[in-house]
Amino acid sequence: MVGVEDLVHFRYYVSSKTINKLIQVHDRIFCCIAGSLADAQAVTKAAKFQISFHSIQMESPPLVKAAASVLKELCYNNKEELQAGFITAGWDRKKGPQVYTVALGGMLLSQPFTIGGSGSTYIYGYADAKYKPDMSKEECLQFATNALALAMGRDNVSGGVAHLVVITEEGVEHIVIPGDKLPKFHDE
Amino acid sequence: SNTEIHGCGNQENTFPCRRNAVLEGKLSELGYSSPKARKTGTTIAGIVFKDGVILRADTRATDDMVVADKNCMKIHYIAPNIYCCGAGVAADAEVTTQMSSNVELHSLSRGCPPLVTVTRQLKRMLFRYQGHIGSSLIVGGVDVTGAHLYSVYLHGSYDKLPFLTMGSGAGAAISIFEDRYRQPGSEMLKKLVRDAIAAGIFCDLGSGSNVDLCVITQAGVQYLRGYDQPAQKGKKEGQYKYKPGTTAVLTKTVTPLPLDIVDESIQLMDTQ
Repeated sequence: MVGVEDLVHFRYYVSSKTINKLIQVHDRIFCCIAGSLADAQAVTKAAKFQISFHSIQMESPPLVKAAASVLKELCYNNKEELQAGFITAGWDRKKGPQVYTVALGGMLLSQPFTIGGSGSTYIYGYADAKYKPDMSKEECLQFATNALALAMGRDNVSGGVAHLVVITEEGVEHIVIPGDKLPKFHDE
Repeated sequence: SNTEIHGCGNQENTFPCRRNAVLEGKLSELGYSSPKARKTGTTIAGIVFKDGVILRADTRATDDMVVADKNCMKIHYIAPNIYCCGAGVAADAEVTTQMSSNVELHSLSRGCPPLVTVTRQLKRMLFRYQGHIGSSLIVGGVDVTGAHLYSVYLHGSYDKLPFLTMGSGAGAAISIFEDRYRQPGSEMLKKLVRDAIAAGIFCDLGSGSNVDLCVITQAGVQYLRGYDQPAQKGKKEGQYKYKPGTTAVLTKTVTPLPLDIVDESIQLMDTQ
């Protein structure tokens, strides 16, 4: 499951509160973007093309690791020019659901859960404390929603609407939670 | 390798940047600074309505604190069904929209271009120059799939929205949109975009003069230059000249100067 908010800013002006930060790079693989929007959009466009071409050549849906690797190659080989980080998550037949993080310089790591972006610094503690392996879908949704709500509450450059995507073997489900329906915590 | 993203790389190493740095150094030795690029200080807005797209822009181009052009064109033609408003550095906005000739060539083999094609070409070009082409654009038009509005920012990011504003007056204009925007079918959208640009003109020093309007529908395009003049220059209330005789003349002396013609030559002007 992946979740993002959708605010983008240009210095002190919020240019959009409805930007799409969850890019679908293949049927069962999604990519969350962080950093410079222009760089992230350019990279994911190139990656989407390469992944689709790869899956045609392999005659099967791509592995999530392959998709993450494509993003990693792009980020690492152009690390001087780019300023974007990604979380690649999806489902494939070989290993089932997976989450990979591709950091700013091009590091690729597989993790059971991961957080990223400017607001992530505020929820490392929450995520470490509340994560349990093998959660059900509802528990996972609650975990992601709470994490996003807490980060948006403290980070001034995160906000707007929370988008969540649940990726399973059966398909992809989009869940949108407007700002006022997010869980409220202390002092809100 | 084919894993390269076409950014401009380390921009500081390219020839124009090095040349500019050398010139800047030489000028500052003499006590001058190099001229700044003229920015448009703009308010541009676009909105999708039931039958098509409305684009509106103010017409003021500023050079720091001086109005350089009181009636410049900010809505540029790209294709018969696609127009583009440009904010940012005036020259850069002009150059980006000279892709209309590329689009014309493209349409010779592919027919009328869809808006996504134009947006992608603009975005790719701006990304390649990594933000050094300082123009932010609103691209609007009607194609076979309907009426669309895209924004492309100077670094190459883009977004698709039902209403957009850009430029230094964007903050004022977007507040009008955010407050009063309703579904695309409503009639008051035309008034809404007029109010948004008026807000930009009154609340932003960099925007002003007239308003240009461009309505693009399936039936065609209506481009109205100087459609609206929200800020009228007021009439002077009083007389600021002194009547002849206000100052008393005490004495008058006339001294004729004896001048001789030394040399006479006639130069014809080419008035063809």
